[in-house]
Amino acid sequence: MLTVKNLFARVEEKEILKGINLQVNAGEVHAIMGPNGSGKSTLANVLAGKDGYEITGGEVLLDGKDILEMSPEERAREGVFLAFQYPVEIPGVSNATFLKTALNEIRKHHGLEELDAMHFLKYMKEKMKLVGIDQKLINRSVNQGFSGGEKKRNEIFQLQMLQPKLAVLDETDSGLDIDALKIVSNGVNLFRNKENAVIVVTHYQRLLNYIVPDFVHVLVNGRIVKSGGKELALELEEKGYDWVTEPVEASV
Amino acid sequence: MDNSQSKNKFISAFNNVEERMNGESKSPFHQLRKAAIKKFDELDFPTVKNEDWKYTNIAPILKHDFITSADVKTNKKAIEQFLIPGLKASLIVFVNGSYSKELSHITKQAAGIRIENLDALLKNEPELVMQYFGRFAGIDNGFTALNTAFAKEGTVIIVPDNTEVDGHIHILNLSGASGKNLISQPRNIIVAGKNSRVKIIESYHSLSEEENFTNTVNEVSVGDNSYVEIYRLQRENMKSFHVNRTQARLGKNSIFTHYSVTLGGSIVRNDTNILLDDEHSTGNLYGLYLTEGSQHVDNHTLIDHAKPNCQSNEMYKGVLNDSSRGVFNGKVFVREDAQKTNAYQSNKAILLSDTAVIDTKPQLEIYADDVKCSHGAAIGQLDDEAVFYLRSRGIGEEMAKTVLIRAFANDIFETIENEVLHDHLNHLVHEKLK
Ligand SMILES: Nc1ncnc2c1ncn2[C@@H]1O[C@H](COP(=O)(O)OP(=O)(O)O)[C@@H](O)[C@H]1O
Ligand SMILES: [Mg+2]
Repeated sequence: MLTVKNLFARVEEKEILKGINLQVNAGEVHAIMGPNGSGKSTLANVLAGKDGYEITGGEVLLDGKDILEMSPEERAREGVFLAFQYPVEIPGVSNATFLKTALNEIRKHHGLEELDAMHFLKYMKEKMKLVGIDQKLINRSVNQGFSGGEKKRNEIFQLQMLQPKLAVLDETDSGLDIDALKIVSNGVNLFRNKENAVIVVTHYQRLLNYIVPDFVHVLVNGRIVKSGGKELALELEEKGYDWVTEPVEASV
Repeated sequence: MDNSQSKNKFISAFNNVEERMNGESKSPFHQLRKAAIKKFDELDFPTVKNEDWKYTNIAPILKHDFITSADVKTNKKAIEQFLIPGLKASLIVFVNGSYSKELSHITKQAAGIRIENLDALLKNEPELVMQYFGRFAGIDNGFTALNTAFAKEGTVIIVPDNTEVDGHIHILNLSGASGKNLISQPRNIIVAGKNSRVKIIESYHSLSEEENFTNTVNEVSVGDNSYVEIYRLQRENMKSFHVNRTQARLGKNSIFTHYSVTLGGSIVRNDTNILLDDEHSTGNLYGLYLTEGSQHVDNHTLIDHAKPNCQSNEMYKGVLNDSSRGVFNGKVFVREDAQKTNAYQSNKAILLSDTAVIDTKPQLEIYADDVKCSHGAAIGQLDDEAVFYLRSRGIGEEMAKTVLIRAFANDIFETIENEVLHDHLNHLVHEKLK
């Protein structure tokens, strides 16, 4: 589904991604782990098409289509979804209106009819139940005055509403207590199926107890230095990142 | 042409009008006008050397030779576009400053409520006019002096004690005639007695594409325990000029709420001044201006806390595109006597282009010690993070920006309880931001 080939990206002249290779197939969950500052959010943002990154090499294909040429909205309509590490507050725009607009833009892109208010409401109610999100939050402005946990839950709610092909979750576990973590993970697990894929970005192993990955990659200093199965996450938890970092750095 | 030339033109116009008067020139009211023209001669039009007019150069207004009347044909059908659909309102229409009886429609009101044209009242009950005229708007600048010197038409609203005006009162001001430049100088007087309520809309529109000039003065008295709400809606063509002064005095326990919405006009200058003149009164000033092209919109406000335990809330917002320019100057005085004052001021603007400019100046002068005052200003571009967030969910860039700008602007109308009015204003904002 997603193929990242030798991807290089820089921010303000600083090279952050230094040749990323990644193959994610439908039905898979990949975890990308790594210390703070290693480039995890950069990778996630580059996939979603955020401004401010200069792609200096490589390509990113979604089901064979080059997405680096696409605007963020085109990527979203093609099925890329980024759950933000820091969801943005948007005063004056209600969650419901925002999601209805987004959903209908995506539907239009796929030649589907727009949902009218009644059908949208019905659909939204189902998803709200699934993620355990309160009507009060839905009526409020997007993320405005939400607690950290509510913001993260809202990201997963959006994921459920928009049903993308590829979900990239950037530190969705940060700032969550154990109960919230379970709810959020449950939302992701319910989303998973044979047709879609998930990339979980985190620097703790904790989340991976709930969202169990098929593959774990270790990102250090802009490169994937090690890949393995879910047991790699446990090993990292135990030993830290140094043991994966050093040998690779030495061999460069 | 410099200021003094146009000043002299207005003075000779005054003399011409006076010559054609009969007995009226002896009336006490006309003596007020005479004093005002003398004052105008002294004060002259402000220039940018005047601190209060530093950012607003009115020379382009004075370049034109304005006439005071023209033959215009309009009718009920033609003015429908300027009305607020579905709003229950008494309608008072002025065409180029002259009251139009045919177009106006005043709904039945409780006994004692007066909703009248100033000109008629001057003829029939001059003493009543004298009782209220010039009580609040002191002649301290050339435009107020000029308005007073030529005061003739306008709306007088008097609400007796313990009375509520039914529905809104919509004062509709229409300017222009094809190929001509018109001036109108409405003078509105609003007197709300004790424990009374009145809600007013003053809207301004163009009937032509030419430059017209409106110089309005509103004097408002809010009686004890009363509620007065005014909407100033400026929707003239993009060449017109508008100088508007609203001066309100608030009595004990009263509330005055003012919304200023500026969408049209080439040079617009608003002075919205309130005096919190007795305890436990509340003044709310909300403003929104959306500018494009070379529009210039200057909002000056003065909130004068003269007495203790009063509250003021002020929020002005602007969205400026192209090479338009905004000015916001918000003065708040807290007098020595005004302990326990609560004054909140916020002023925000979004600049949509590199060539749009805003000058803002909050000015707090606090002479009491036990007060709560805050002011905040935020001038900036649209939040890129927010734009990206919306786009990352499939919403196109243009739509994302529009959604954010509308949300920013519509915030000003959050406090409007009347749904029809609320939706209408939101709609106007949406149309302008298209
Ligand atoms: N906008 C930016 N400007 C400058 N440096 C940045 C910017 N964004 C990220 N970086 C730098 O890029 C590196 C990787 O950051 P990031 O991708 O956020 O890492 P992670 O998510 O793994 O913690 C860090 O050194 C960070 O300081
Ligand atoms: Mg990060």
